[in-house]
Amino acid sequence: MTGLLYLIPAALFLGLLGLGAFLWSVRSGQYDDLDGAAWRILFDDDEDKPQE
Amino acid sequence: MAGIGPGQFHKPAAPDSAALCCPAGALAGSTAGDHGTDPAAVIPATASDPDAFIRETGPDPETGGQCFALDLAVENIDCAACIPHIEHALKPIPGVIQARVNLSTRRLALIWRGERSLGKTLTTRLAMLGYRAVPYSPERLREIEGRKDRDLLRAMAVSGFAAANVMLISVAVWSGAVSDMGPATRDFLHWISALIALPAVAFAGMPFYRGAYEGLKAGRMTMDLPISLAVILAAGMSLFETASGGEHAYFDASVTLLFFLNIGRYLDRRARENARSAATQMMLLGAVAAQVEEEDGTLRALPARDLKPGMIVHVAAGERVPADGVLISGETLFDTSMIDGETLPKKAGRGERIYAGTMNTGIPARIRIDAAGEDTLLAEIVRLIEKAEQGRTRYVRLAERAAGYYAPAVHILAALCFGAWLMMDAGWQVALLNAIAVLIVTCPCALGLAVPAVQVVASGGLMRAGILLKASDALERIAIADTIVFDKTGTLTLGQPQLRPGPYAPEDLALAAALARESRHPLSRAIAAAAAHMELRLPHLHDIEERPGYGIRGRNDAGQEIRLGNARWCGVEESGDTPETDEDEQAGMAQIWLTRGGNAPVRFVLDDLPRADAAQTIARLKQMGYRLAILSGDRESAVARLARTLGIDDYRADQRPADKAAYLEELARNGHKVLMVGDGLNDGPALAGAFVSLSPAGGTDIARAAADAVFSGPSLQPVITIIETAKRARRLILQNFALSIAYNFIAVPLAFAGLVTPLIAAIAMSGSSLAVTLNAMRLKLFFHNRGRTAGGSSREKAFTAEKAAT
Repeated sequence: MTGLLYLIPAALFLGLLGLGAFLWSVRSGQYDDLDGAAWRILFDDDEDKPQE
Repeated sequence: MAGIGPGQFHKPAAPDSAALCCPAGALAGSTAGDHGTDPAAVIPATASDPDAFIRETGPDPETGGQCFALDLAVENIDCAACIPHIEHALKPIPGVIQARVNLSTRRLALIWRGERSLGKTLTTRLAMLGYRAVPYSPERLREIEGRKDRDLLRAMAVSGFAAANVMLISVAVWSGAVSDMGPATRDFLHWISALIALPAVAFAGMPFYRGAYEGLKAGRMTMDLPISLAVILAAGMSLFETASGGEHAYFDASVTLLFFLNIGRYLDRRARENARSAATQMMLLGAVAAQVEEEDGTLRALPARDLKPGMIVHVAAGERVPADGVLISGETLFDTSMIDGETLPKKAGRGERIYAGTMNTGIPARIRIDAAGEDTLLAEIVRLIEKAEQGRTRYVRLAERAAGYYAPAVHILAALCFGAWLMMDAGWQVALLNAIAVLIVTCPCALGLAVPAVQVVASGGLMRAGILLKASDALERIAIADTIVFDKTGTLTLGQPQLRPGPYAPEDLALAAALARESRHPLSRAIAAAAAHMELRLPHLHDIEERPGYGIRGRNDAGQEIRLGNARWCGVEESGDTPETDEDEQAGMAQIWLTRGGNAPVRFVLDDLPRADAAQTIARLKQMGYRLAILSGDRESAVARLARTLGIDDYRADQRPADKAAYLEELARNGHKVLMVGDGLNDGPALAGAFVSLSPAGGTDIARAAADAVFSGPSLQPVITIIETAKRARRLILQNFALSIAYNFIAVPLAFAGLVTPLIAAIAMSGSSLAVTLNAMRLKLFFHNRGRTAGGSSREKAFTAEKAAT
């Protein structure tokens, strides 16, 4: 049973890490435009195109 | 009924061409050629000076210079292709740090360093791309919009975190119950659960507690009330159980419940947010910038809401007039489609009254203001619409109606349970425990998800088909409509002049188009578009000049004068020229003439053609059993002709806005539920007053604002798509309700009997939520099958074409 004393805090810590990351992504506006984000990956906006 | 109104670009160059959903889509459309040289793409928009809305955001970390920010609401961002179209054009401009389009809210955020005046350059560039942008102040917008999505997302995240971790510990407790876990370990695990669950319940439950409180204050029992009670009681009782070393704690149930419901709430909110006509709202908020002339003749930018009667404003070509006033400069043209739905721009001379919201399409104008803000005609019309909206018998949403029965029933059941156990001398603790178990197990988790899940799948699928749902209950109302009333111009027809195939030679059309492409007049644009559609080579002309209200002239390489315009401009006798002139006039067409040197004048006839699939769509709707009618402000003969062509027996012509609204009221009194499809400002009150309403994206801003849903593209087919989707969605929602009720029939007796342990509660609740969500997903299959038969969506088409063009 002493294993629980390590495992529960470890699980909580990892969970809080995930929660923190999510809250940060919300704060930094990553959820503001869900429609646009889906399309952005499809646009060529990188300058360094492969050589032809 | 719309001319160079908002959504100009939603209209096709020819009825059979691909849908042009926005400037980027226009680029991609099959009829449009190279952007900038294609006459159909000549841009009527000019930027207003955004100076009053530019904010200083502090020094730039790299150079130490001042940074500026500007937020714009862009009227015609309608598809994904607009994102690269705008961003790629603005980002390379030196000094620009950020140019980011938000497709969901149709807004553009700009940040740049260096000069404040760069803002004007950026908005001008945006206007040249064909986007009409209105600056706004984010603070003011926040005041109106209230709380943001972010709060709900945070609540969802916190409850999700808590649900996962508490569930993890609960699994240990449940398996411990059948093996050898001692009471001390169990209590320890319960305390940890409490530590995680209680803060989560306090934080993530806020949206529901607030909703329940506001509902109670208004004397209503909303779905939020049983939710709040169940969550708070479950958490409270579990804490009591934990403290007294009891066996059952429902922490997992309460946080999981919150998690599911927060998901439902967020989905619901997104469906509701789904874009409104931002620009109209901004206009009404007085967020538009106006150029005010000072006494010493200098210009100063002011937000329109600060305008006062007596001020003189300058309105550049392509700008909207910020307030009502009198024209004090020379003759110019105004596009009044936003106010009266007139397709063609009107000439206005010195001393004429000009209304807010109209667009100057001629030369720069000076206007002396006599009414601003709430006193303008535009504000008056909007008040009329708001009044009609209030008059609409308030439709009670299915979920709310369900909650109306559900909430009292649940509370009575719980009370009965408590009483029954007390009477059996079980002790108040056991009685309370079982009563709370009833509350938890009946909690409308599935009900809370049933509607939003269907709604989100439906609105996502419709959006891909070019239909934007504005009212969150639009689908529910469309599903039970039994009568469809159409406006004529712009709804059944394209609302935009189209060149009728005629006896003219292609060379003449090419010559006319060479002149016409220099003009922004709708008739010129129609001619230019027709030439572009036929892929004619346009001859080179020089010395081109336009005389607003008359026509255009220029010279060809041989030095001959070419004129294109009305009969007077071309020196043609106005009446009795050809025998069929009268008949054509009656049919509501326009004519333009082309003269070259001394050659005989050539006549072009323009007509407002019905949408290509109008007849087919009407036939299908008839077959579906709808009662159909046309309600138009147009003349009797024109309406009758169209009604005959489309096979609609019931039509009314010469209808003024009030007549239209009255007719709809009469239908409603006779027990009909009317779906109104219209696009003009004169349809505004009718759209707002109808049981449910649709507007084409090419309609006036007012119509789009008043309608419950907006569809784009040149076809009328979306009307059928939305009706079919609505019926299907309603069926799914009702099925989901049935599922929830069936679940309760099993769960409630178990809880009553005191047999519901936390494990059973968790399984039952998750199971019913899952069933309801999966059932909602079946709507996706419907869209999938539909998409396979109907071909790719317009959005995808626009996107592939954009890719091909770059």
